[in-house]
Amino acid sequence: MNYQWNWHVFLQPTASGDDVYLGWMLSGLQMTVMLSLSAWVIALLLGALMGVLRTVPNKLLSGLATAYVELFRNIPLLVQLFIWYFVLPELLPEAIGNAFKQSNPVFQQFLAAMVCLGLFTSARVAEQVRSGINSLPRGQKNAGLALGLTLPQTYRFVMLPMAFRLIVPPLTSEFLNIFKNSAVCSTIGLLELAAQGRQLVDYTAQPYESFIAVTVAYVAINVIVMTLMKKMEDKVRVPGYMGGK
Amino acid sequence: MYEFDWSSIPGALPFLWDGMKISLEITLLSVVVGIVWGTLLAMMRLSSIKPLSLFAAGYVNLFRAVPLVMVLLWFFLIVPKFIEQLFNLPPGTDLRLTSAMIGFALFESAYYSEIIRAGIQSVPKGQMAACQALGMNYTQSMRLVILPQAFRNMIPLLLTQAIILFQDTSLVYVSALADFFGAAYKVGDRDGRLVEMLLFAGAVYFVLCFAASTLVKRLQKKYHPA
Repeated sequence: MNYQWNWHVFLQPTASGDDVYLGWMLSGLQMTVMLSLSAWVIALLLGALMGVLRTVPNKLLSGLATAYVELFRNIPLLVQLFIWYFVLPELLPEAIGNAFKQSNPVFQQFLAAMVCLGLFTSARVAEQVRSGINSLPRGQKNAGLALGLTLPQTYRFVMLPMAFRLIVPPLTSEFLNIFKNSAVCSTIGLLELAAQGRQLVDYTAQPYESFIAVTVAYVAINVIVMTLMKKMEDKVRVPGYMGGK
Repeated sequence: MYEFDWSSIPGALPFLWDGMKISLEITLLSVVVGIVWGTLLAMMRLSSIKPLSLFAAGYVNLFRAVPLVMVLLWFFLIVPKFIEQLFNLPPGTDLRLTSAMIGFALFESAYYSEIIRAGIQSVPKGQMAACQALGMNYTQSMRLVILPQAFRNMIPLLLTQAIILFQDTSLVYVSALADFFGAAYKVGDRDGRLVEMLLFAGAVYFVLCFAASTLVKRLQKKYHPA
């Protein structure tokens, strides 16, 4: 092995000269974080809605929510991403489709990636919300209704505040997954962390340094998210429940 | 409005089937490697020998912290070059596909090992104590008493993980292995019918995975009636 290690490569100017290679990596990191966080907002909102709908005593609504979850859980993320990015703009009414295709390419990639990751994860969040609601003792709902609360009020004031506290630990792992899954978006050309790593290999001819740096960045994201979520888990833990004090 | 033209699909079916066979091969290989290597990792992690449990914990946590895409790129771009230089292989040898498949299996093993660890821990502690009281050694008690019960409890989870793994195989797209999705994309790109081919690929994955997960749910009800 006569490989020349050169960690200074990150401080060298890029081919275009207006940045150093470290800047590429940081902009990839920034893209990964922005994409994951914005997709997480979509996933939480839609996932909470769909999870609740799956438990309501209305065949039509719960059926629709089940179909939604099954659809997004049984198609690979990569296929969903390509459908959002390549297929949907063709099927939209022409004016909207063309407006999308003529917009800034980075905006196109980001929008497709964000919606795709958000909906993909929302189906998983919905499953957690549903199991959180179902894990509550049945008496809670009955007690709410017996006190004269309407069903929406029972959800709003009795069941959901408990259910959301119970599902924080499983949601942590979905939150970690969204960062990892965002790497799939490099396939449509979005310059996030994994894509920047690939680009660094091509430009610097220092493959080991580039890939090690990117891998360490992913591990660091993982550690930071886990530490933050652990703090949150401690805060919202329900006394008397599994893992409670 | 977009005009659909599905006519390129019938002619492409043999090619797509070849791709599907590769997807299924990767799935099968990774499930087998995942269960065998995952079991070993789980046993190491639960072992009282510190270096073994540290190694297993490090392995599992590392692979679970890194995206599959990154792992595949490592094993597709970096590892083959490293091996070529290390063993001075002639430049013509192409290790990339084998390497990507191995990387995939190693990645999935980390997830299997977590399922298996939980399965082993779900067997009451008294069973191990009973084995020791009967004079069995560690290997015997694991093989004859603990693992059979653990695996029985885990079957639904192992199968669910296999379905996830099958979906994950589409990501070998980044390594130019011609799996089902890669084949569909190629045909669509060649015929200018990407829209139809991507929708077709999505439908095929949906039907297969939905059917499989419905079966797993039935199986689960049969063995563990709620």
